[in-house]
Amino acid sequence: MKEYFRMVAVLTIIAALCGLLLAAVKKGTEKRIEEQFLLNVQGPALKKVLASSTNDFIGDREQITIDGEQKVVFIGKKNGKSWAIAFETMGTGYKGKIGVMVGFNLSQDMISGIGILTHQETPGLGARVSEAVFTDNFKGRAINEAFKVKQDNGIIDAVSGATISSRAVCSAVKKSIALYATIKDKVLGKK
Amino acid sequence: MNKTISQEFLKGFWEILPPFKLVLGLCPTLAVTTAVENGIGMGLSTTFVLFFSNVIISSIKNLIPKKVRIASYIVVIATFVVIVELVMKAYFFSISQQLGLFINLIVVNCIILGRAEAFASKNPIYLSAADGLGIGLGFTLSLILISSIREILGKGTFLGMQVMWDSFEPFAFMVSAPGAFVCLGLILGIMNLFPKK
Repeated sequence: MKEYFRMVAVLTIIAALCGLLLAAVKKGTEKRIEEQFLLNVQGPALKKVLASSTNDFIGDREQITIDGEQKVVFIGKKNGKSWAIAFETMGTGYKGKIGVMVGFNLSQDMISGIGILTHQETPGLGARVSEAVFTDNFKGRAINEAFKVKQDNGIIDAVSGATISSRAVCSAVKKSIALYATIKDKVLGKK
Repeated sequence: MNKTISQEFLKGFWEILPPFKLVLGLCPTLAVTTAVENGIGMGLSTTFVLFFSNVIISSIKNLIPKKVRIASYIVVIATFVVIVELVMKAYFFSISQQLGLFINLIVVNCIILGRAEAFASKNPIYLSAADGLGIGLGFTLSLILISSIREILGKGTFLGMQVMWDSFEPFAFMVSAPGAFVCLGLILGIMNLFPKK
């Protein structure tokens, strides 16, 4: 009986101390991680898809509710006029979700560009969907085009050896096109 | 038969070099060594976890009841792994994106639990520290070796810089998973040419 008590006590104390240490480390790094995430993940992708905007689009983000779901929409403005919006959608890749930032040109209803935010694809293979060679495939396309890889009779050149990852990006783009009209109305309606 | 601190430190570089001599820790050895940068990041993260888990486990070894020792070791190891993950995200963001899940998987790396069980739980703190550091750095060098071979042959670059001639056709097989096995197998074979003591 005494032995059991000792086992429980020791494990509890170890776990509590470790938990305490982790809470402290988490608190210390939390802010920096969030900043790093916005800067390194959303930042470069946004700069690409909302290029030529003159405003601070990370600061000018808006929360929009669609079907009860919150979506963060970044709005690019030129001379004070909203010209493009960008938001994130997910596709299921080879090893998990791939987050894709899709930017839309509001006046021409076309994709101004896409950027890959987060993914866990194989480095050197699936991870290459984040390279410009692949993402430029989507740039300047009208939203009613067939966003499928060429193997599926679409218009997108898949990354060789990474068809699953390429398909995931296409499906994320298609999801954002499905949301685009609603979000566009909400963004412009607010003006 | 007491070994000195330098002997405990140096044995990790050849005598029981983790991936080649013990053939342990193969998951990171095979999975993340597609680029030298990843190899270094993974190696140093493992070294950090190994060093601190060895020190902590060695210092509390007499308090832990035998029946719950593995659970206690895992809690300690997991704590340091999460610390590595958070610090890496905060200060080395791009590498943490590259390594992703493999950082968390250090928890179940046999090398670390193996050293806790086989060494740190039986030896004094200073020897455990030397052991952890030696094995960790030996592991780091092994990863750098494999990832150099794979990155140079598979992508024609070293640390992202072009090192091969312009018309060099990257041997893409080397950065794929089967390439990792072949590379590891060849290195193991070469190392076995040296006579065992």
